[in-house]
Amino acid sequence: MFQYYLDLALRSLKRNKALTALMVFAVALGIGASMTTLTVFHVLSGDPIPGASGTLFYPQLDPQDMDGYQPGKEPPAQVTWIDGMNLLRAHRGVRQALMTGGAVPVQPAQSDLDPFFSDARYTTADFFAMFQAPFLYGHGWNAADDDAKARVAVITRKLNDKLFGGKDSTGQTLRIKDTAFRVIGVLGDWRPNPHFYDLNTGGYRGVEDAFLPLTTFRDLRLDRNGSMDCWGRGGGDEDHLETATCVWLQFWVQLDDASQAAAYKQFLVNYSREQHDLGRFQRPPNVRLRSLMQWLDYNKVVPSDVRLQVYLAFGFLLVCLVNTVGLMLAKFMRRAGELGVRRALGASRRNVFAQLLVESGVIGLAGGLGGLGLALLGLWAVRHQPSDYAELARLDPTMLLTTFLLAVGASLLAGLLPAWRACQVAPALQLKSQ
Amino acid sequence: MHLRHILRALGRHRIAAGLLVLEIAFSCAVVCNALFLIGTRLERMQRPSGVDETHLVEVGVRSVTPGTPEAVMAQTRTDLARLRALPGVSDAVVASPIPFGDSVSFSGVSLSDDAKAPSMPVAQYFGGVQLARTLGLKLASGRWFTPDEFVSYDALQGGASGVPVIISRALAQHLFPGQDAAGRTIYAFGANRVVGVVDRLVQPRDYGAAGDYRYAMMFPVDLPYSRGTYLMRVDDPARRQAVIGQALQALKADGPLRLISPRYATTLEAARAKYYVNDRAMAWLLVGVSLLLLLVTALGIVGLSSFWVGQRRRQIGIRRAIGASRRDIRTYFQAENFLIATGGIVLGMALAYGINLVLMRHYELGRLPGYYLPLGAIVLWTLGQLAVLGPALRAAAVPPVVATRST
Repeated sequence: MFQYYLDLALRSLKRNKALTALMVFAVALGIGASMTTLTVFHVLSGDPIPGASGTLFYPQLDPQDMDGYQPGKEPPAQVTWIDGMNLLRAHRGVRQALMTGGAVPVQPAQSDLDPFFSDARYTTADFFAMFQAPFLYGHGWNAADDDAKARVAVITRKLNDKLFGGKDSTGQTLRIKDTAFRVIGVLGDWRPNPHFYDLNTGGYRGVEDAFLPLTTFRDLRLDRNGSMDCWGRGGGDEDHLETATCVWLQFWVQLDDASQAAAYKQFLVNYSREQHDLGRFQRPPNVRLRSLMQWLDYNKVVPSDVRLQVYLAFGFLLVCLVNTVGLMLAKFMRRAGELGVRRALGASRRNVFAQLLVESGVIGLAGGLGGLGLALLGLWAVRHQPSDYAELARLDPTMLLTTFLLAVGASLLAGLLPAWRACQVAPALQLKSQ
Repeated sequence: MHLRHILRALGRHRIAAGLLVLEIAFSCAVVCNALFLIGTRLERMQRPSGVDETHLVEVGVRSVTPGTPEAVMAQTRTDLARLRALPGVSDAVVASPIPFGDSVSFSGVSLSDDAKAPSMPVAQYFGGVQLARTLGLKLASGRWFTPDEFVSYDALQGGASGVPVIISRALAQHLFPGQDAAGRTIYAFGANRVVGVVDRLVQPRDYGAAGDYRYAMMFPVDLPYSRGTYLMRVDDPARRQAVIGQALQALKADGPLRLISPRYATTLEAARAKYYVNDRAMAWLLVGVSLLLLLVTALGIVGLSSFWVGQRRRQIGIRRAIGASRRDIRTYFQAENFLIATGGIVLGMALAYGINLVLMRHYELGRLPGYYLPLGAIVLWTLGQLAVLGPALRAAAVPPVVATRST
């Protein structure tokens, strides 16, 4: 039966090529636009570490003075050096890391390479294990290196290719700001999206090229970047960052289950109370413990333009579908005579309905195929945009399937009303008017 | 016109006509809002910075090896002398931050030295003696800094007293409404006397809701190159690229090992274009989607009208046979389309307004200005008439003899 309907549908579509092309074109445009924007949105709102993101948490404390205090206001988005170090040393999580970003001048040993800046991440030992950073060669540093302000570095494959020709460079020397660092590890391909652990330095950039111990960064007075918020008398003077009343570091903790998370939150409250009693904190305890995905959500990491583009594309799809409904309706109604003959020959309403739905399904499938082509074209265009997420805009199998479901679903939906109207035709009346 | 007849005929195609009305309404709503969004983006991109962008180039240099502050300052003076000596360069200065650069910094400004006085964050610029001349700023009142007023960065941060300040006119009007700000005192780095007001100076880049974009101030600070960027004024805009190349050469030839990368050397015009690149892309995207949307709508009208013409061939023939002229037939379809478009536009206006309300809640967007509605209406009426013209002419060409044929 289905095959017969398919045959009828193809015949009918062939009979009126311009109209068929118009309907397919409209569906394809709508689907193409929606899929392009939806894919970008899907990629940008994805999970940076699937599988482990549920165990990563971002604690927030409120160490500010009473100036501008309002109960219930969100605590600062980062921590001070003192609090970060205290939380790190308290070791209440399974793993924890304190970090900030910066840029370091790299002096290549090769004479044909000019010195250049590399983005760097200054962090503590647990960073690599906690965030599941894959190592191509070597390994990360340990807590003893942190304490010793060791001159060690972990670099990315990209920097390793540039400086050491892609060979295993562990044990080699890397000169940064006139200081010799020992390369102890090279990371394999790793690009968590978004750049979740520090959203201040760009939400979708790749990871930094050099990873150095946080204590070493302060010891050598390397350059930092990112955001810094100060209060009270203190300023962000680079020489006294350890004692400054400024928040400028990110602290992450790994907690493996809900009870650990609850206990950690209680610990943060207790810690705030303790600091309050010591006179360091002035505000009542005001803590947050957001999981990774909650933290991304809270920071509205997906650019608002991308969201707007999704709305726009779906508005477009809606217009295209209304357009298709109108055209299909006109087409089906015009065939009332033919349908009347079929009904008179014994086809039930259901048969006719199914036949017309098959026809709209065929249009949806063709529109979906066209839409897929347009989506690929659209994503290619997005990739040639200068935004930092450009290279991520690629279609994955999930979105591919979504495209077809959306296309066929949408055009079946669009076919429902016209098909139903066409079934209502009284056969006798049509036959008479012939 | 036989409006009544048209409406009665449309009543027989309620659903199809309703769909067309809906399609036009959605198009109208989306196009109105898209036009508005394009307008806001263009407006944003065209905001003047107050700086003479066409004559400026910037070159950022960083040292690899740490030096003493005195050595860095001495090197800065040598560099500046070399840069000013380049052919075509009339002024050079170290400034921080620079317009459309990566950073922006604010200081709390108040009108009293009481620590509890209300203060507002204002974007600040630091720069050496030739700053105003290099940037090409225009003085509205007061005077420029005098050479003896320049202090070191550490002195400013360390609480040097009596450092003068030059502020933008918008900020002056905000702080001292209706008065001349020159000669007044504001409190940012201690007490700062306003010696001059410039016509326009803006934040180096937008930064959330921190203050108005047009509020900015400048302090006379002799910066070392390690804390700023070299800005050069080039007399002939055509020579800007050449000057950048020569500047990079000059800086490379002298001084300690430094990072001199073309990546940090560009014209201010290029920096502006890069800064607004996302706005431009979004505006083009909106233009593209709007055009496609109108195209689809037009094709929908063509398709549906053609069907109606085909369906009514017999009736058209009868009308022609009993005396209707070709023009009557054509205007019938045109009037029908006008009615449908009007229905769509009325519904579309309401929808456009609703969408705007939603966008206003989620985005920093103003209310849709009233003139976008007639604009959208004219666009869709025109579109409708253009789309229906073909089918209407075909209808008019139906010969009266059709009336005598049985099907």
